[in-house]
Amino acid sequence: MDRLSSGVIPYAKLGYHDPDYVPKDTDVLCAFRITPQPGVSPEEAAAAVAGESSTATWTVVWTDRLTAYDHYQAKAYRVDEVRPGEYIAYIAYDIDLFEEGSIPNLTSSIIGNVFGFKAVKALRLEDTRIPLAYVKTFQGPPHGIVMEREILGKYGRPLLGATIKPKLGLSARNYGRVVFDALRGGLDFTKDDENINSQPFMRWRDRFQFVTEAVNRAMDRTGEIKGHYLNCTAATMEQMYERAAFAKELGSPIIMIDLTIGFTAMGSMARWARDNGVLLHLHRAGHSTYTRQKNHGVNFRVLAKWSRLLGVDHLHAGTVVGKLEGDAATTKGYYATCRDSFTPVSAEHGIYFDQDWGSMPGVMPVASGGIHAAQMHDLVHHLGEDVVLQFGGGTIGHPMGVAAGATGNRVALEAVVKARNEGRDLATEGPDILKEAAKHSPELAAALATWGDVEFAYESTDRPDGAPA
Amino acid sequence: MRVTQGAFSYLPELTDEEILAQLRYAIGRGWAVGVEHTTDPHPRNVYWDMWALPLFDLADARVALDQVNECRTAHPAGYVRVSAYDASLGRQTTALSFIVQRPPVEVSPAPGR
Repeated sequence: MDRLSSGVIPYAKLGYHDPDYVPKDTDVLCAFRITPQPGVSPEEAAAAVAGESSTATWTVVWTDRLTAYDHYQAKAYRVDEVRPGEYIAYIAYDIDLFEEGSIPNLTSSIIGNVFGFKAVKALRLEDTRIPLAYVKTFQGPPHGIVMEREILGKYGRPLLGATIKPKLGLSARNYGRVVFDALRGGLDFTKDDENINSQPFMRWRDRFQFVTEAVNRAMDRTGEIKGHYLNCTAATMEQMYERAAFAKELGSPIIMIDLTIGFTAMGSMARWARDNGVLLHLHRAGHSTYTRQKNHGVNFRVLAKWSRLLGVDHLHAGTVVGKLEGDAATTKGYYATCRDSFTPVSAEHGIYFDQDWGSMPGVMPVASGGIHAAQMHDLVHHLGEDVVLQFGGGTIGHPMGVAAGATGNRVALEAVVKARNEGRDLATEGPDILKEAAKHSPELAAALATWGDVEFAYESTDRPDGAPA
Repeated sequence: MRVTQGAFSYLPELTDEEILAQLRYAIGRGWAVGVEHTTDPHPRNVYWDMWALPLFDLADARVALDQVNECRTAHPAGYVRVSAYDASLGRQTTALSFIVQRPPVEVSPAPGR
């Protein structure tokens, strides 16, 4: 059957499967985990995904003849079986398929219609290679890791933060009290939670004002730069700009947005943050609805790439040891994707492609969720130095109070970093290092007594299994 | 109050041996080392006075410790910090900074607004 005769023709025969295709340096590459419907060959399923995410529709259209269609067709160039009935398909897209600097446009293609396509039972985008030529069309982080450290004047150790709890219900005055105690006790940042916006119990302007008072008083007490991620998430861009402008007017070094606002709004806030010299924290609210399942959705490493391109300064990327999903090797891959200027292909870390970021600054990863001072050596060992370690319950739940909780965390952190620099092995000596430090810190001693045995040792739902390109 | 800038302000004051260990760590990573001092540790005072030019390509950490001690002797009532600088591509910024002397009585630098 000729490629252009009328009717329904298998996608593979239309040119969307091409095992001989050699990807160009300028192609966008994607690795999809595909579970074909019974009776659909893996090659045909891969071709269907390539077709539906690029130029094809379900039938032959004569108007293809008006285009250089083979240029615009995505090509499935490799299909590997990873488990019975489950395949990794590698698909190449010409850079011309995408608008410069637009994550909405990129995602409308590669995770658009195709995820509801009947020919596949399940579909997951595992990784993507953004060619350097396309990377260069994106703004990237408004400031990045290096600039953030220079703004804060904090070097050589991870940053410390805490999310204010309870998440909902505190009045602005009570909320500011927790901020003040956490910051004066030794944290660098405090944080609004994702669903703190502007509710009846605490309107945004009141929160911003009391929090600013707390931040300034804590700076006065410590002589250090402090900050609070003021969540500017709102229903419209106009409201978000209004809140961000007020945060800047108050002198806040950082604002915050939620992933739920969408890629376009994130991009707009990224530009605002660059233009106004304010750091931008992204809370990945909602991501697990599509990042968690092994066989369907979008792997978080892909979301991390999109976030770095469209431009955020902070991104939550997992803790390894905390209460939320993520095994150590996979999480290391996420951190590399946020921070490094070149991320090499790595089966161990679930990275399917080399990724060259050029000179685009790194995003500061944030580790948050069920972590505490007794894990400090593990956190530094696994996550390194360019990270914000956020202890919410692990600060506010301290038996001696919020400020003591903050101090315990800070003492633990500084002791661990100092010991690491002295050449001590955190993996084996970590608990001893913390015990020694607790001798001169009753705050750390109480934290170790309270949480020393708490761990979240559950099997991860998602470990790397592909054989990268 | 206690100014808690730098990487180790929540720990007991570092001894000379402990400072040497940190200097060795920095030098081992190829970082340049500088000594700075001030009487104004306001958090927005980025530019403390440099005691001397930064020490590049240092082989012996004791040379840097000697500078620390010269600076402390000359400014006994001031703050002194050690900063290590990473000139590698992609960083080109300070990599480690910690206070090695503070005045006997510290007063708030009162950043206020």
